[in-house]
Parts: sequence; structure tokens; C-alpha cells
Amino acid sequence: MSTFPAIRFNVNGEDREVRVAPMKRLLDVLREDLGLTGSKEGCGEGECGSCSVRMNGELVNSCLVPVLQAEGASVQTVEGLAAAGKMHPLQEAFLQCGGAQCGICTPGMLMAATQLLSVNAHPTMTEIREGLAGNLCRCTGFTRIFESVIAATAENREERIEEPAHAR
Amino acid sequence: MLCLNPHAIEAGQTMNTSEKTRIVGAPVLRKEGVQKLLGQALYVDDISREGMIHGATVRSTIPRGLIRSIHYDERIDWDAFTVVTAADIPGKNHIQLIFADQPCLADGVVNHCDEAIVLLAHADKHKLREAMAAVRIEYEALPAVFTIEESERREQIVWGTDNLLKSFLLEKGDVDTVWANAAHVVEGEYRTGAQEHLYIENNGMIAEWSEAEGVTVWGSLQCPYYVHKSLLAVFDLPENKVRVIQTETGGAFGGKEDFPSTLAAHAALLAMKSGKPVKMVYDRMEDLAATTKRHPSRIRHRTALDKNGKLLAMDIDLATDGGAYSTLSSTVLSRATLHSPGPYVCPNVRIRSHAWATNTVPYGAFRGFGAPQGIFAIECHMDEIAVALNMDPVELRRRNFLHDGDTTATEQVMREPVILDQLLERALKESDFYAKREHYARENASSAVKRGMGLAAFYHGAGFTGSGERYLNSIAGLDVTPQGKVRVLVANTEFGQGTNTILSQIAAEAIGIGYEDVEMAPADTRVVPNSGPTVASRTSMVVGKLIERAGLQLVARLREESGLEERYSASEFFAACARYGAAHGEVVSLCRYEAPPNIYWDDKTYRGEAYPAYAWSIHVAQVAVDTNTYSVQVEDFWAVQEVGRILNPILAGGQIEGGIAQAIGYALYEKVILQDGHMVNNQMTNYIMPTAEDVPPIHIFFEEIPFQHGGFGAKGIGELPHDGPAPAILNAIRDATGVGYHAIPLMPEDIFAHFIAHEINVETVSA
Repeated sequence: MSTFPAIRFNVNGEDREVRVAPMKRLLDVLREDLGLTGSKEGCGEGECGSCSVRMNGELVNSCLVPVLQAEGASVQTVEGLAAAGKMHPLQEAFLQCGGAQCGICTPGMLMAATQLLSVNAHPTMTEIREGLAGNLCRCTGFTRIFESVIAATAENREERIEEPAHAR
Repeated sequence: MLCLNPHAIEAGQTMNTSEKTRIVGAPVLRKEGVQKLLGQALYVDDISREGMIHGATVRSTIPRGLIRSIHYDERIDWDAFTVVTAADIPGKNHIQLIFADQPCLADGVVNHCDEAIVLLAHADKHKLREAMAAVRIEYEALPAVFTIEESERREQIVWGTDNLLKSFLLEKGDVDTVWANAAHVVEGEYRTGAQEHLYIENNGMIAEWSEAEGVTVWGSLQCPYYVHKSLLAVFDLPENKVRVIQTETGGAFGGKEDFPSTLAAHAALLAMKSGKPVKMVYDRMEDLAATTKRHPSRIRHRTALDKNGKLLAMDIDLATDGGAYSTLSSTVLSRATLHSPGPYVCPNVRIRSHAWATNTVPYGAFRGFGAPQGIFAIECHMDEIAVALNMDPVELRRRNFLHDGDTTATEQVMREPVILDQLLERALKESDFYAKREHYARENASSAVKRGMGLAAFYHGAGFTGSGERYLNSIAGLDVTPQGKVRVLVANTEFGQGTNTILSQIAAEAIGIGYEDVEMAPADTRVVPNSGPTVASRTSMVVGKLIERAGLQLVARLREESGLEERYSASEFFAACARYGAAHGEVVSLCRYEAPPNIYWDDKTYRGEAYPAYAWSIHVAQVAVDTNTYSVQVEDFWAVQEVGRILNPILAGGQIEGGIAQAIGYALYEKVILQDGHMVNNQMTNYIMPTAEDVPPIHIFFEEIPFQHGGFGAKGIGELPHDGPAPAILNAIRDATGVGYHAIPLMPEDIFAHFIAHEINVETVSA
């Protein structure tokens, strides 16, 4: 294994170094080499989004990213959301609103929602739907996931987001 | 944090408060929710055991044939691999379910594509792929059958003596005396396709074996004791030498009811032969190709009505495709049969139903378990009848609804209240059904996008069918830990639907302690009793009742023997438990299933109380059919239901919404394409489920009538929402386009083909 050159990147605020096959999937490096099993594999082909992580401020399917591409990058996984023993507002909202059922899509869904809110603090329902469209959930029918995202941004807004008929 | 959940508020407004509870009915938080949100919940693929190696499966590439030889290519160093075939099985080579016809590993013959033949294990999972390709199997191909029609013709016998996995005959009255004098006779044929569960976590299992301990498996599964029973037979071991532990399970929907028994046996065979822990986790392509799906069906209706639209006779011919082995096809067929007459009164009913064997991967349990197929047919047929009679389909249903005191097709008297009329009125009002229907009828004339409203009415029987719960004879209960927690002892598993939460709520409510004072025992066959499988919408009703009784029994015992006062705090309760434990060694309260009174089912005549309780629902779909692209969008959806007491409004709402989304996929998106019995679109790229952009707003409304024999009044809820969307959507498409489609999945190409075949010109341009 030592024949592989070191690949260095930052994960959840910590500098990490791995010596693995450079084409190894970032997902496998996170899970197998760094012990971060929160990111899940659902399809292995970038369709389900269960492996979603943020890399340099963009949402990526970590099953489609060879780890060499992460060299020097800043990666955030679900394990990096809670800080100082306190859940991230999105995690708290998912818990309160029933946004997680079986939980397998939840880490990826949380990362997609984090990404969405990082670029759009008050998304409309249409923007929420678009922002989460790459993440499949088979349990919830998405309804309570949308409500969770709204709740996480609702502290400073009075009105409830109503979805107008034929909005889409 | 304020959760802006309008549906939870709606549910709260209709809450029946006649029975005061503190915890049951409250939106308490999911028991294992924090671990899931932190990414700390451990699913099987997140777990590693010391010295663990990886397993893989070599599968048949033909649908039917004899295995002539198995060659292992010399380019592989086979000494580095563990290789298992049927010859390595110490016990019986079958997966014990209802019948024992399905081999654990094919031995000399294969009956479907992707049937497991050889198992391989190696420490490096990347080496397995090359080794799998180096196993060459020579077959003598035999003719295969792939459809219900081919199986019915019996030109090839591929199962038993007649290809017939199971049949039922249900008769009430005498349908044949009715046809001649009926004002109307309406016929129709309806078809449903296979559907993949598409749980986001694929099937997976870890197994260990030792002479002293026997077999231990950890895995993603619904029914620990099904797996246990199966392993006993494959390994010929006594009960205490097989241990099954459920890991956090990432969705199941019935897809992890029977299949994990096979995967557990495979992993355990490799573990026994290698002497090492073995992990087998399928990738998506393998999971889609090799595991169970919903039974395809073909249902024919012939219906007689009087001049007022009252049902006189229903003659139903129901056929399902069961695949290559019997698995659960007999019980799926039974539930399909019992749901196919719909929620209507009819004096004369005959249902002839058959499950046919074909050379495809065995079809298995999937949310609804036959009911969605039966309900699709009757609820599309009701709209077909309405057209034939020139009657409003809503009014046709209203005239035929079951009411209290009526009898079903199996002559079960409806003793519990039936409030279909009330549910219907609510659904019409909330969806503004008539006004919208009229509005769209006007608007459609000048629009390329045709909108329409459709409705479905249905029941779902809760718990096992007929005598099933009596045979199961479940046992469940509670104990108290030295750390001062009440533990729920059940083999019923959490896979997202909320088992942990609702059973903890029930225990806390029954005992009178806090929700946080209750925890779940691990779903480990060494720890928990056999409280039956986690299927059939039975957990809230049947197991919930056992936990309620166990809690009350524990309190009574503590009052009698340990000085617990009439009123007590949680700390006084646990102090009494400590006194009881000191005197008796442990604090355990177990209860065994007791059938509600007047519940009798005759398996021979197929008559009686088919289910102890029914959940009732009306679904309304609003669709838009784009006549330029032939695509259908479900734009809005309403679901009104009576499921007994709501134990947790967040979880209950989540069940309804998730089931509806999954059933929208069943109706419009999800098509399993088989070529020579092999699924060729076995990827998420081309097996398409609804995304966040496809699921409409879903408006849910609960009416609550507590069922006294269910846990704190609960009936079943989990499967009900999958029953109604497909017919409601197709009826809405008929309303929008005037075309009655009779088969699902209804893809754009099907709509296109119909428009071409019938030379339907859409001359209007987009408005």
C-alpha cells in the first residue's frame, strides 16, 4: 500500500492523508480508510445521492469521485454537520418533522439540503424540490423532508410556504 | 424548533379525544432518530468483524435448464478462495418458507435467471469479480415460460404437476343465476406489472460460524425468526445454535421479508467453510436482478348491476405470476383475492384465483401484498361501469358501499363502524372534486394539457389473513433493566416505519412512565421472543396490543406483589420493579396473542372473518396529461383514511405520504423489463422511481375510530396507502382524456401508442 503516493485533503475540518489507489472512490476512502460510514452507497452510479458529500462547497456523489480528485480539497460529510455536541439546525428539523424514516438516504439528503441552504437561505418550494431532486428517498414521499428544510429556515419567517396549484 | 407541518395540524384537529392518553397520539420523536441524523446508525455495510472476508454469488445465466458441469478456470488461484456449492450444505438444501421447494443453492437444475449456484469468498472483494467470471457453468437448456398465459397453457410444466402454485375459490350466493336478468353486465380485464421495492439500502448480511456457537448472522432484514427457521433447516442445527440479529435496516417494504433467509444461508455457508466472518452486500444491479418483486397480475371482472347501479353479481378471475418457486405466492394470492371485490356490498360473488409458476425470479412480499393488484382492478372497473351506466363514478360507489352490519364476500359481518360515506364526503370536499372536474372539462377543450380528477375507495385488512394470527401465536412483552429502563421485547423490526417509536409509546402509556424511560431490546433471537414477522400491517395492531397488555400486566403484578400504590411516579414504579426483581430474580412480563372474540375463519370453505379489522380510505388524484409529450404528472393528491387510533401523527403521516409516492411510481414510472426472464433495466438509471420533483403535494386527513383489540386502538396503516393511488390516477387520466387505460405501469409510450392506434388527434395547441 505504501507504493501509493499520499493524497491529502481536509475532511470535516481535519487534515487527512491517505495512501490508496488514486482511482479508489472517495466514498470508499471515507468509509473504509477514514472510518466515516455515515455516507452510504445506494446505487454506485450517481443516481440515488445517498453518498452525497460537499467538496469545496459543491455537492458531489462521492461514488463518482476518484479520491485523487479530492487532493487539496475540503470535504464535508454528515459527520461534520453537528458541532460541539449540538445538532445542525437541519438535523434538528429532520428529527422534529419526521424527515428521516429508515435513515439510509438521510446523510446524503442532509448534505444536499445543507448545500441548498448555503447558496439560498430561503428557498421556495420549487427550489427545494430542485435542490433535492438528485437524492432519492423511498420512505417519506419527500413531503416531510421538504417541511424539514422549511422548518430549518423558518425561524425568521412568519408565513408558511404554500404550494400553489400548477406551480410546476 | 417550530415544525411547519400542516398535515400534522390537520391530523390533530380530527383527533378523537374520548380516550385520554399522554404519550400515545403525541408526536414524540423517532426513538432512533438522533443516531440516524448524526450518521451514526450502523447498517450492515457499516459493520466489520475481526478477520472478515467478502462473499459473492455466481448465478445462472439461463432461465431454465440442467447444470451439466461447473468449471473453475485455472487462471485463478482457487486455493485463495472459499468455494461453496450445494454439496457443502450440511442440512436441507431448501429455504423453509410456506413450502420448501426453493433450493438454497441450485443443485443440478436451475429454474430462473440469476439463481444462485456457486458462492465465493475472499479477503479482497475486488478479486471476487475476476473469480466470478472464471466460473463457467455448462447447461442443457430447457424450454422456459415467462407469462401467466404460457404457464396456464401447461405446454411446459415448470413447477409441480400443473404449474399451479396455489388456487382459491371464493363463492357467495350464486352468480350464475344473475346474468340473464341483470339490467347491465360490464366486463373488463386489468393488468399490473412487477414492481421493485427499491429500498435504498441493498440486501446485506454478515455471518459467523463456530463449532461451539453455531451460526450467527447480522443483517438487513424484517423477520429475524423467518431467517432463524430457515438457517435451522440449512444447517441442521438445534434452535440455540442459530442466532439472528437485525442491523439498522435501510428500507424494506416487504423486500426483506423472505429474501434475507436465502442471503443469510449463503453468507453462513461461506463462513462455515472458510472459518471466517463473511460479509455479503449486494450492489444495486445484483439486488435488482436477483431479489423479489411485486407479483404481476391479470384480473378479469364480469359484473352485473340493476337499473339503479346496485351490484348484483361479481365474477372475478384473478391470476398472478409467482415466479419459479412458491415463496409467499399463496398468501399474496389470498390477500389479492380478499381485496378484489372492493369495499362494496354484493349478494353474489365468485372469485377464482390462481398463482402461476414461471421461470423468473420468485415474486415476493411487497407493501400491500396482493391488495394493490386486486384494488387496482376493481377500482378501475368501477369507473368502467360508471361509463357503461352513464353514471357519476362517485355516486356508483356510494350506492354500493359497505356499511355496518353488511357482509363481505366471505360473509364477514361488519361489526366495527364503517364510515366510507363520511370519508368520501371529506375527500370530495377537501379536493373540491366536483368543481375541479367541471372546471377541467371546460378548460381541456382548448388545452394541449388535459387535467382530470380520479378517485379510489378501498379497505386494507390489518394483520395476517384468516387464521394466520392464530397460527403465529405471537409472544411479546417487556422487561426491566438493571439500569432502570423498561425494555420492549419483540422480534418486530424497525426499518423506517416506526416500530421502535410506537411500541415504546405504547409501553410508556400502559405503564404510566415517560417515553424516555422505555428502550427497545435489540432484535436478536437470543434476546427477544418470537412476536411474529414485521409484515401485514400487524405491528401497531397485534404486537401493539401485546405490549399494552404486557404493560398493564406488569403494573398489576407490582401492585399485588411489590407494594406499588394506586398512583405512582416513574421512580416509585422502578423502585417497585427493584423490589420485585430482588424477590423473583428478574422483572419480565410476557403476553401471548389472543384472537378478538367472534373471529373465525374456515380455511376449507374460505369463508369467515378474513381480517379482525379493516382500515378504510378514499384517495383522490389530480393529474395533467400532456398530449404533446404523452407524460402524466400527478399534480395534487388527497388521502382520507380511518386507521383506528393514530399512535403518532408524524409517523402515521409519513407512512401515508411514503406509500402514496411509492404507488405513484407503481402507476406511472416503474417498469421491470425482463428479457428471457432476466431483468435488463436493473439499475437506478433505467428503473425510475419518483423524485422530489415528481411527488405532488399530498394532503392527508385521518378520522379515528379506536379498535379495541389493537394497541391503544390502532389498526394497520403501513400498506393501506399503496392500494389506492394507481386506480385513482388511471381514473383521473380517464377523466382528463376520455381514455380508460387498464394496465400499469402506464408509461408515456403506452399513452402514445393508444393515441396513434385510435387516431386521436390533439389539434389544440398549448394554452
